[in-house]
Amino acid sequence: MTSALGSAPAGSGTASRPGRGDTRAPVRPHRKKRWGRTVRWSGWLWVLPALIMYGVFVLRPLVLTMQYSLYDWNGIGAARWAGLDNYLTVFTDRDLLKIISNAFILIIFFSFIPVLLGLLVASLVRRITTGPAGTMVRTVLFLPQVIPLVAAGIAWSWVLSTNGLVNQALRAVGLDGVTRAWLGDFDTALPAVGVIGTWVMLGLCTILLITGMSKIDPSLYEAARIDGAGPVREFFAVTLPSLRQEIGICLTVTIIAALASFDIVYISTSGGPGIQTTVPGLEIYRLAFSQRQVGLASALAVVLMALVLVCVLPIQRLTRGEK
Amino acid sequence: MNLTTRSERLTGRIFLIALVVVTLLPFLSMLSAALQPRGTVPTGLAWPSDPQWGNFADAFTAANMGALLKSSALIVAGVVPVGVLIATMAGFGLGHLRVPGGHLAFGLLLLGLTLPFEAVVTPLYYQMRDLGLLNTRWAIILPLIGLYMPFAVFWMRAHFINVPRELSEAARVDGSNTWQLFWRVHVPLARPAVASLTILLFLWTWNQFLLAIVLVDDATKRTMAGALGAFQGQWGTDLVLLCAGSLLILTPTLIVFLIFQRQFIKALLQGSVKG
Repeated sequence: MTSALGSAPAGSGTASRPGRGDTRAPVRPHRKKRWGRTVRWSGWLWVLPALIMYGVFVLRPLVLTMQYSLYDWNGIGAARWAGLDNYLTVFTDRDLLKIISNAFILIIFFSFIPVLLGLLVASLVRRITTGPAGTMVRTVLFLPQVIPLVAAGIAWSWVLSTNGLVNQALRAVGLDGVTRAWLGDFDTALPAVGVIGTWVMLGLCTILLITGMSKIDPSLYEAARIDGAGPVREFFAVTLPSLRQEIGICLTVTIIAALASFDIVYISTSGGPGIQTTVPGLEIYRLAFSQRQVGLASALAVVLMALVLVCVLPIQRLTRGEK
Repeated sequence: MNLTTRSERLTGRIFLIALVVVTLLPFLSMLSAALQPRGTVPTGLAWPSDPQWGNFADAFTAANMGALLKSSALIVAGVVPVGVLIATMAGFGLGHLRVPGGHLAFGLLLLGLTLPFEAVVTPLYYQMRDLGLLNTRWAIILPLIGLYMPFAVFWMRAHFINVPRELSEAARVDGSNTWQLFWRVHVPLARPAVASLTILLFLWTWNQFLLAIVLVDDATKRTMAGALGAFQGQWGTDLVLLCAGSLLILTPTLIVFLIFQRQFIKALLQGSVKG
């Protein structure tokens, strides 16, 4: 190693795009210790642009959200110190508690059903062929991941509407009595929204789990069969432990999607009927921009952020612990 | 291979096919509604006797598709190149140069990895208002770059941390400085990671909804997803036009997806594994 390294992109005017011109001439006389230190510190210039964007557009707003949450503010006039009153409201107001519990009910549909169904399909299929049929299956199952959630919301609003596909199918098998406007009915609205989430997440989970499946050593299954294990025991003894990491990934991704859901609900029900399908994300939007209760909206936002962490961190720890 | 396995596989295949059908049905149902005559009440899935392909032309005008495409393209052009560049640089700094105290910066970024956008959207609104950027595309572009940094830097760092350090040492013997080292040696090697990141950021930007509806009122200055939301608000009662318009708005994404489908699936799979 020679000493030609005193030159990270230093001293450029805008940190985000250092040009070639600003590379300084190598500082020859400095020996190892000296240049080592300057180079390592000047390495921060590489990290700085990303950190600045993150600081200005994420950390600053995040700190402000926490600050707002301690005030009573309508977004225009003077803010009044409220202490923890907003948090007290979040944890005692019956509507807000229902809204938070709605998000947890959505986890069943966004996370548990896709993971369980995905596991079932994956353990039966084991691997998708690399041929054209396999490619076709993968492509189709990824469609819901590629289109905007708004589009999924619009499509399913139509499928679940009075004249939609679901009711058409029910009528065809003589179940006229069951038909209804699924997203407008007080009892079925939330599960109906959940089904949209299931549709979006199912393909991703299935493919992730099948990919994980194909990495399992087939001899494990042979050994299990020789030991006389049936499909069920085989599933619990071989499949489930081997797929720990993949299951963790599916759960993490889908639980965040459920708790922080917004697009699908906004489009398909706007939170109605009543507050049957309102979720925290939607309520934050409504409180902050229609009701002008910025403080309360911010407190709910902080609680939502905390809930996501509380749900996701243990999963990470459980499923990544071994690796 | 014994019989049990074979029957299991058959059941699995049937499940898989069922899954494919269920995934496709909503799209088919939309298509069948979009082809009905305007002003009629369509039913779930019925091929029209006289398909009205002209509905798509009507929807194209009603949705102002030309302007929408341009707007989304501008936003993507503002977010993705800059986002990928600064994330790659940061990943290089944290993963390869191993700057002193880098783990602190990395920890700070990790904080944002699970952050729901709803948690920062209110202050962002006031911030953009004070900057005079509300209702401009910058109001979507700038925050998105920042919001993508946790994942993007995490992603690129994961790549750079596995690049052998001897590589840089060899290049340094040749007399290149860090800047040249980055562009001549490390960026070419990072191409697969950069490609996946580009695809993911493109997709997330194109489909971004919350920031678009909060920060920009004018639908023709939004992302595709934001514009679709406005389109639904405007034509929600005209189901035929709504379905035609939605399918139309989806088409660009679908075309890009079908062309790059291998890369997309790879990126999405890896993206969720690392994310």
